[in-house]
Amino acid sequence: MTTLTDPPKESFRLSMLIYDTRYRSLTIQVIAMIGFMVLIGWLISNTAQNLQALGKEPSFRFLSEPAGYDINQRLIEYDSQATHLRAAFVGILNTLLVAVMGCITATILGVIIGVLRLSKNWLISRLMTIYVEMFRNVPLLLWIVFIMAILIETLPAPRAFRGETPEATMNLADSVAITNRGVYVPEPLFSNSLGNIHLFGEHSLRFDISLDLIAVLAALFIGLFIRRKIKTRADAIQESTGDRPTTWYLSLGAVVIPTGAVLIALGFHLGYPELKGFNFKGGIHMRNSLIALWLALSLYTAAFIAEIVRAGILAISKGQTEAASALGLRPNRTMSLVILPQALRVIIPPLISNYLNLTKNSSLAIAVGYMDLTGTLMGVTLNQTGRELETVLMGMSIYLAISLLISMVMNWYNNSVKLVER
Amino acid sequence: MSDVSFVRTEMLPEQDPPASSVGVVGWMRENLFSGVWNSILTVISGVFIFYTLYGLLSWAMVPTWAAGSLNECREILHNMGREGHLAGACWGVISERWEQLMFGFYPNGSEEGTADLRWRPVLAFVLLIVALAPVLFADKVPGKLIYLSMAYPFLLPFLLWGGSIWSPIAVAAGFGVGYAAYRVIDGVAGSLAAVIGSVVAAILWWLFLASPVAGLLADIIPLGLEPVESRKFGGFMLSITIGVVAIGLSLPIGIVLALGRQSDLMIVKSLCVGFIEFIRGVPLITLLFVASTLLNIFMPPGTDFDIIMRVFIMVTLFASAYMAEVIRGGLAALPKGQYEGADSLGLNYWQAQRLIIMPQALKISIPGIVSTFIGVFKDTTLVSVIGLFDPLNLTNAIRADSNWNGIVWELYGFIAVLFFIFCFSMSRYSMYLERKLRTDHH
Repeated sequence: MTTLTDPPKESFRLSMLIYDTRYRSLTIQVIAMIGFMVLIGWLISNTAQNLQALGKEPSFRFLSEPAGYDINQRLIEYDSQATHLRAAFVGILNTLLVAVMGCITATILGVIIGVLRLSKNWLISRLMTIYVEMFRNVPLLLWIVFIMAILIETLPAPRAFRGETPEATMNLADSVAITNRGVYVPEPLFSNSLGNIHLFGEHSLRFDISLDLIAVLAALFIGLFIRRKIKTRADAIQESTGDRPTTWYLSLGAVVIPTGAVLIALGFHLGYPELKGFNFKGGIHMRNSLIALWLALSLYTAAFIAEIVRAGILAISKGQTEAASALGLRPNRTMSLVILPQALRVIIPPLISNYLNLTKNSSLAIAVGYMDLTGTLMGVTLNQTGRELETVLMGMSIYLAISLLISMVMNWYNNSVKLVER
Repeated sequence: MSDVSFVRTEMLPEQDPPASSVGVVGWMRENLFSGVWNSILTVISGVFIFYTLYGLLSWAMVPTWAAGSLNECREILHNMGREGHLAGACWGVISERWEQLMFGFYPNGSEEGTADLRWRPVLAFVLLIVALAPVLFADKVPGKLIYLSMAYPFLLPFLLWGGSIWSPIAVAAGFGVGYAAYRVIDGVAGSLAAVIGSVVAAILWWLFLASPVAGLLADIIPLGLEPVESRKFGGFMLSITIGVVAIGLSLPIGIVLALGRQSDLMIVKSLCVGFIEFIRGVPLITLLFVASTLLNIFMPPGTDFDIIMRVFIMVTLFASAYMAEVIRGGLAALPKGQYEGADSLGLNYWQAQRLIIMPQALKISIPGIVSTFIGVFKDTTLVSVIGLFDPLNLTNAIRADSNWNGIVWELYGFIAVLFFIFCFSMSRYSMYLERKLRTDHH
C-alpha cells in the first residue's frame, strides 16, 4: 500500500512571475500595459511642454470662429463668414461625394474590364491587361495630376463657345458643356417643389433635405416593392403549374409609373446651363478638380476591382457551370443562379476593402485643390488657425470613423455569407 | 443474321486540317473573329489601338532632344510644319533634367568647391540589389553574400548621408554588445535572464556609449565621406530610399505586431489590433501631416528631426501596419498541424516561431510583402504634398524655370514610365516567386 501524500504546499515566490506559465502571461501583459502607459504619458507630457512653450493651449474654440475662405465646390450652402466647423462639414460631404461617385464608376468599370479580361478575344483581353497593369503600376497621385492637366490643357475655354461660329459646341443636344473650367450638366428642378426640411436650425452642422428627393425615392421604393410582389407571385405560379407567366411589362410598369407620376406631379424639368457673358450659368457645375479626382480614383480603383472580379470568376470551378447546364439551365440563368452567388462570396470582401482604399485615397484631392476634408480642415483651416494638433487629430478621427464604419459593414457581410463548416 | 458489313477495313490517308483552321488564319479565326460580336470588338479595338499608337508616336517621334527651352522646341516643330499645343513632344527637358529627376539636389559638382557625389546613391542601390540577392534568389547566388545583406542596413545610411564611418559601426557594434552579454549571462543565470540582459546592454550601449565611442574613434582615425544634408535628397532616389527604409524597418515591426495580434495575451493583442486598425484606417497623407506638423511636438522639447527623418518614421509605421496584416495572413495560412507539431516536439513559443512557424509563414507572405513594397513605393509620391522634392514635386520646380514654363506631358510621361518599370518588374518577380514557392501539384 502506498499512502497518499499531499502535494507539496505551494508557496508563491517572486520568480514564479517569470518562470511559471500560469503567471507569466499576466506579468508580460502588466509590463506591456505599463510600457504603453509610460509611452503615452511621455508623449502627452512632451506635447504639453511643447505647446506651452509655443503658447498654444489646446482648444477647439477655433471651430466656431469664421473661416474666412471660400469653397467653390460644395453640396450645402456655405460662405466665407461661416465657421471653421461648417467648412469642415462641407469638406466631409465633399469627401463622401467623391468617394460614392468613385465607388460606383469604379465598380462598373472594374466589372466590365474584369470580365473582358477573361474574354476569348485575344486583342480585347490583351488591351484590358495593358489597362490593368498601366493603372496598377503608376502612382495614383500621378494619375490625378495627369488627368487634371489633360482637362485644363486640352478642353476648350468657355469663350470658345461664343460667337456666330463657335470653335466648340455643347454636347448631348446642348445640355452638357465641357470646358476647361469644368463640366456643366443640367440640374433637376421642380416647379411645384415641396420645399426642404431644415435640420439643426442655425447650427454649423445644419443641412437641408429636399422633400422632392424623398418623394421620388419613396415612389421608387414602392415601385420596387410591387415588382418584388409580382416576382413572388410569378414564382408561386411557376411552382404550382410549371409555367412562368410573362411579367416583364408588369414589372417595368410597377417601377416606372409611380416614379413618373410623382415626377410629373412635382413639375420635374431640367435646368440647362447657358452661356452668359464669359462663363456658363445655370446647371450643375462640376469643377475640374472634382472631375479629375473622380476620374482618376475610378480608373485606378477599377484596375484593382477588375483583378478581383477576374479572380472571383476564375475561383468558381468549371464543374459548376457544367453541372448547371446538365440541369438544363440556360447560360444567363447559370450565371445569375449558380456562378454569381458563389463568385460574389469571393469578390465582395476585397471589393469593400477597395472601396475603403478609394475613400482614403480621396484625400489626395489636396493635390488638385478639391476641397475635401483634407483640403478644408487639415489644409486651409490648419494654416489659418495654426491649430495643428486639433485639426490633424480631428481629421484623422473622422477618416478613422468612416473606415471603421465600412469595415463594420464588411464584417457583417462576411458573417452573413460565411460557409458554415463543421 | 446477315454477315454483310459496311465497316471499312483499311485506314484512310490522313488529311490536312482545313486551311482556315491552322496557321495565322486559323489563329485569327479562333481568337479574333470567332463570332459577330467578337469581330465587332476586334475591329473597334484595332481602330482604337491604331489611332492611339499613331497619335502617340507622331507626338513622341520628334527631333527635339537637343532643345534648350520650350521655345526652341516650338521653333523646331514649327520648322517641321507642326503647330498647336500638342504638335509634338519637347524632349529637351528630359535630356537636360533627367539627372535632377533621378537625384534631386544631391551634390553633382556643379557648384563651386563641391564634388560629384552621385556615385554614392548609385553604389548604394547597386549594393542593395546585391544584398537582396541572397534573399530573393536564394538558390542562385553564393551563400556568403548574406554577410553583405547583414551589413547593408548600416552601409545604406553611411553611403547616402556620408559622415564618419564610425557612427554606423558603433550602431552595429550594439548588436555585438548584446550578443556578448547574452553569451556571458546565459552561462551564469539562464536563458531568459540572458535575453533581458542582452537587450538592456544593447540599449545602454546605444544610449550612452555609442556616440562618445564613435566620436573618439573619429578623432583618432578620421575616416568618412563628405556629409550630405537630407534636404538635398530628391527625385527617384528619395522615393527609393523612403521605400527601402520603410519596408526594411517595417518587416521586423510587422512580424512583432502580427505575432501580437495572434497572441492569447489580451492586452498585448488589443494594443496591436488598435495600432494596426488605426494606421490602416487613416489615409497616409494624414500621417504625413503628422510628420510635417506634429511629430516635433510629440518629441521632448529641443529635439529636431529633419523632415525626411520624420517622413521615414511615419511611412515606416504606416508600412508596418500593412506588413503585419500580410504576415498575419501568412500565419493564418499555415495548417494547424504545424503549430501542434511544434508543440509536440516540446519547443517553446519562441523556438517554435523561429524554427517552424516563421520560416514557412514568411515564405508564404513574400508575394504580399512585395506588393506592400510596390504600394509603399507608389505612395512615396505623396511626400510632394508636404513639400519634399520627389519626382512629382520636381516637375513643379522644373516648370518654375522660365525655359521650361508650361511643359507638362513629357515630365509626367517620363516619371510614369519609370514608376511603371520599377513596379511592373517587382510584380513580375512576385509572380515568379509564387510559382516557385508553390509546393502543391498543378
